[in-house]
Order: sequence, then C-alpha cells, then structure tokens
Amino acid sequence: MNFKLILNIAIHLLRARLKQSIVAAVGVTFGIAMFIALVSFMNGLNDLLDGLMLNRTPHVRLYNEIKPSENQPISLSEKYKNDIHFISSVKPKDRGKAIYNSKAIVHFLKQDQRIIDVASKITTPVFFNSGTIEISGVISGIDVTAEEKLFKISDYVIEGNVIDLEQNNSIIIGKGLADKMLLVKGDIIKITTAKGNLASLKIVGISQIGISEIDDTSSYTSLETAQKLLGEATNYITDIQIKLFDISTSPSVAKEFQEKFDLDAIDYQTANSQFETGSSVRSIISYAVGIVLLIVAGFGIYNILNMMIFEKMDSIAILKATGFSGSDVKWIFISLSMIIGLTGGVFGLLFGFAFTVIIDNIPFNTASLPTISTYPINYDPLFYIIGISFAIITTGIAGFFPAMKASKIDPVEIIRGK
Amino acid sequence: MSNIVLETKKLTKYFYDPIQFQVLKAIDMSINHGEFVSIVGKSGCGKSTLLYLLSTMDTDYEGQLYIHDELITGKPDKELAQIRNEKIGFVFQFHYLLAEYSVLKNVMLPGMKLGKLSEKEIEHNAMEHLRTLDMEDQALKMPNQLSGGQKQRVAIARALINNPLIIMGDEPTGNLDKKNSDLVFDIFNKLTEENKQTLLIVTHDTDFAQRTQRTITMEDGKII
Ligand SMILES: Nc1ncnc2c1ncn2[C@@H]1O[C@H](COP(=O)(O)OP(=O)(O)OP(=O)(O)O)[C@@H](O)[C@H]1O
Ligand SMILES: [Mg+2]
Repeated sequence: MNFKLILNIAIHLLRARLKQSIVAAVGVTFGIAMFIALVSFMNGLNDLLDGLMLNRTPHVRLYNEIKPSENQPISLSEKYKNDIHFISSVKPKDRGKAIYNSKAIVHFLKQDQRIIDVASKITTPVFFNSGTIEISGVISGIDVTAEEKLFKISDYVIEGNVIDLEQNNSIIIGKGLADKMLLVKGDIIKITTAKGNLASLKIVGISQIGISEIDDTSSYTSLETAQKLLGEATNYITDIQIKLFDISTSPSVAKEFQEKFDLDAIDYQTANSQFETGSSVRSIISYAVGIVLLIVAGFGIYNILNMMIFEKMDSIAILKATGFSGSDVKWIFISLSMIIGLTGGVFGLLFGFAFTVIIDNIPFNTASLPTISTYPINYDPLFYIIGISFAIITTGIAGFFPAMKASKIDPVEIIRGK
Repeated sequence: MSNIVLETKKLTKYFYDPIQFQVLKAIDMSINHGEFVSIVGKSGCGKSTLLYLLSTMDTDYEGQLYIHDELITGKPDKELAQIRNEKIGFVFQFHYLLAEYSVLKNVMLPGMKLGKLSEKEIEHNAMEHLRTLDMEDQALKMPNQLSGGQKQRVAIARALINNPLIIMGDEPTGNLDKKNSDLVFDIFNKLTEENKQTLLIVTHDTDFAQRTQRTITMEDGKII
C-alpha cells in the first residue's frame, strides 16, 4: 500500500473542509488539555495530601498497647483446655508503655536491609500550665536527627530551629497551643506530667502542621528531656518508628515485627486507609472527566467524517473506479481522522501543559499548609503519554466506522446515480 | 499471448429490486487488441450495466469475464482494484474529476497509485498526454475552472496514464456539443491508429458509432 499517496489524498480532502476539521481538532484539543490539567492538578493535590501524612507517619510503628493479656491463667491450664471459659471483669494489665529492650531492638532494626532508618520516640500526655488554667496536651520526645531525616519536621517549624531541641530543657510547641497560652519563642512553659512531676521548659520554636487538632495539643522535645521529665532511665522509649524503602511491604513487615518482638505494630496503610480512598477517588474523577471530554470530541470527529464522506461520494467513486481498493479508501479516512486527532492531541498537550503551569503559579496560601505557596501540580510525563494515547484511540475509533462505510461505497451506484 | 483483450462467457445479470428482472442475458463477446468498438442500443437495454461488469466495478453477475485470457470473475476486491488501476481506463459521461486536485494531479493520480514510475516520470507522462489532447496550458487549473469538453479531455488523459489494455467509455460524448464530440472521437481514433489502443465505447450517437471499426448492437439485454 502506498501510504504516502493515501496521506496526500487525506490531506487534500481535509483541506477542502478545513473549518470543520479545525473545529473537530479543537474538540480533541480541549478534551486533552482539560484531561492534562485536571490529572496534573488532582495528582499534585494527592501528592500534597499523601506527603502531608506520609512524611509525618512512619511506615511501621512499634509500640505497646494497653490491653488485657491475651492468655488468661485459665487458658494455660491443661485441665480445662477443652472447656469454654467465661471470665468476667477482666482488666487490662499495666505493662507500661515502655518498650523493653528497646536499644537491642533498635540496633537490630538498623541492620535490616529493607529499612531506611529507625527513629525512637516517647509520647506522653502532659498538662501545660498557664496561670491558673491547665491545658492537656502531648509531648513527643524525639531523636532529633533521626526524626529530621525521616519526617523532615523542620518543614513544620515556623519559628526557631529544630536543632535547638538538643539543648537541655527546650521545647517546641504547636502554634495553636502558643496562641492559646499567649506564648512566644523564648518564653518558659510549665509542664505537669501524668505522674505529677513538674518542669519548666524553654520554648525554642513554634511548629505548625496544618491540622488544628495536632497544632493545639502537640509539642516536641528531645528524648533525653522527655526521659528526665518522666523520671525514666535513658533506655525508656514508647515508640519505634520505621521507614521502609518499599512502602507497599509495610503490612507484612509490621506483622513480622509484631511477632518477632512481641509488640504491637501498625502499618502505614492501616493507619491512613481513609487517605488512600480519597486519593483514588480523586484519580478516578479526573480520568472519568478526561475520558468523557474525549468521547465528546470523538463524536465530533465521527460527525465531520460522516459529513465528509457524504459530500465526497463522487470522489470516492472515482478513486475506486481508477484503482483504489476498499481498504485504500478506508485508510484514507482513518488517516484523515488520525491527522485531526494527532494535531488536536498535540495542541491539547501543549495547552494542558500551559494550564498546569498557570495553576502552578496561582498563589495558594493557607495557614494549614505552611510549606505550600502555590497550587500543587504533578508534572508526570506519564499523563502526557496517556493523554496522547487517549487522543489516538478515540479518534481511531471515531474514524474507523465512517471509514468502513466509505470503503463499502459501491462506485457503480454513485456513477449510475448521476 | 492471444490477441483477445476482453472476453465474456454467458454474462448474465439480474436486478432484484423492485422485482426480479434480467438485464443481461448470457452475453458472449470478445474484443481484440487494437480494436475500436462501439456499443449501441435503445435506452435501458443494459449497455451501462454491461460496461460496469466489464470494468470489474460490479461483481454481482453470473458467467465469466476474462481479461487477457485471465479469469477475472471471483477475484477479491484488492486484486480487482489493481486490475482497474493497471489495465482499464474509464471515461464517464460526466467527467468525474477530483475537485481537490489540479488537472495535472488528477491525471497523475492513477499513475501514483500504480507506483511503477517515479513522480517525476508520471508528471512528464501526464504532461505528454495533456499535450496530445491540447490541454497542456490548462494543467495547473482546478477542474471547476474548465469547460465540459475540457474536463472530458482531462478524463481521457487520466484514463491513458497507465497505458491500459483497454479504455472503456460510457457515453463520453453524451454531454458534449457536436464540435467537442468530434474532437473526442478524433482523439480516440488517433489512439487506435497510432498506439493500437483498444477502445470500447458505449454511445447513443449513431454518427459516432458508424465511424468506429466495429459496432455491437444490444437489444433487451442481448447482443444482436
Ligand atoms: N440499480 C438498479 N436496480 C434495478 N434496475 C436497474 C438498476 N440499474 C438499472 N436498472 C435497469 O436495468 C436496465 C438497464 O439499465 P442500463 O443503465 O444498463 O441501461 P442503458 O442501456 O445504459 O440505458 P441508457 O442508454 O439510457 O444509458 C434498465 O431497464 C434499468 O431500469
Ligand atoms: Mg447508460
């Protein structure tokens, strides 16, 4: 088949109907541009929200949950092994929240090839005292360097410096807390622990994560300060936070460590299942809208091709009479449709890119997202590949049916009809 | 190779719509190389129908059709298109030219489809044909800028571009005045005499038919 000639004929036919062809191509352009803009924006938003959680949540967290012993004394008894046990008024056993043998566990985990790094942490409820009122909150005692490496907390420290936490008796408090208690950097805050210990800590920074429940209650200090505050030894920690190279393995890794160390373990997916749902819903919406727009554009192409074939019956009859086969005619109209689709599609990609750049530069300042100053955009080239493939597939299908019709036109009928 | 360019055996065709009706009744005919043959007959006797069968465009018939002793009946669409392109030149009563292309490109198109020569050579041949038809200075015009007679000459040039075995015409002069149809006849005559071009022309013009070498007369779907 002489493809150059077929393309040449297609282009000539297209030129004869330039206006409609352009309108059809603009339909594709619009569909693709919208698709690109929407998908890039939605995915940017997903990344932002994922990042918001992902960056701050360990992939696996090991801790001790307060709960009743799974094995009550009676279940250990041989005698009543086959009986059903009814035990009432079971109370949780106070094993304490401390992780036993934490140093050895952390050391062991750091050797694991799957793990990026491990950060130890102490979380403990406290009261912040301000005059006569007490505000309940939480202190996180963190390993500053590890925490910074894994969770980049400095992103959320809007005043002061995280490194200053390494000074003795220093604290970084949430913005909500600071506002409520009228405290600023440099002030001293009084703290009462659950066990009644009293301490004064110096505020070296203010943090803002963007979730008011957290900003209203949370504060950070160093592991050592937290241990001192609680009157515990230097091996006292309550949480081991783990980041993995492959986040998708976190459920299985969590399960493995849970059994190995006899600790409670929660993985990222379980802890954030509601965010995953939100992300996939946003993706589905953007793809659905893009596909719908392209289907509309496809109908536009279908229409113009049908019209063109109707008008060009004579030309088709001549082509057939002078030696073009049905399949040649079919390819003429398919290439016609592809030319419209590809041109429209490429312009769609360009416009889509332009739109995303514009969105990317629209200021988006919100108190809850301190690290963001413009709307988020994901520039994944995959979206462009998907976009142009969509354009080719829809225009291919839209062109195929009219092309089949054209290939079946009987020249005798047309010539006789004159 | 035998001298017969075109041969039919018991060519029969029916139309079924609105009622069954036999248009062609077991037509046997043959055309020799270099012959200038005309087909005449009353309106509605089946001349055009016969010509469409012979041109391979209509495949819905009984009997056999041979071109150069090769059985054409039953060949697939692609091969038939190839045969039309290479071996048959067709001139219609209404000059069917592609409105999107210039005169020259219209003439060149079947040559480009055949693809045996380079574009330059095809263009050269097309200009030669246009020159013999006295149309050389119209080569770059669009078809809608030509008169009826001129369009018919372009159609003849297009039919000639691949040096076909046979040129078929369905009332090619039916739309032209006396002067122009004489001109077309002269062109055809010159083609047979100088190039031994085989021609099969359906016509109503008795004057035209009498001047051809052989006249086939049809009546009621039969040759008499
Ligand atoms: N598509 C069709 N369906 C049914 N009958 C048809 C069809 N085409 C032609 N006919 C009939 O077939 C017969 C032959 O038609 P054809 O066109 O071959 O005649 P013709 O000899 O070329 O006439 P003319 O000299 O007027 O062009 C006519 O009676 C016509 O009515
Ligand atoms: Mg007729």
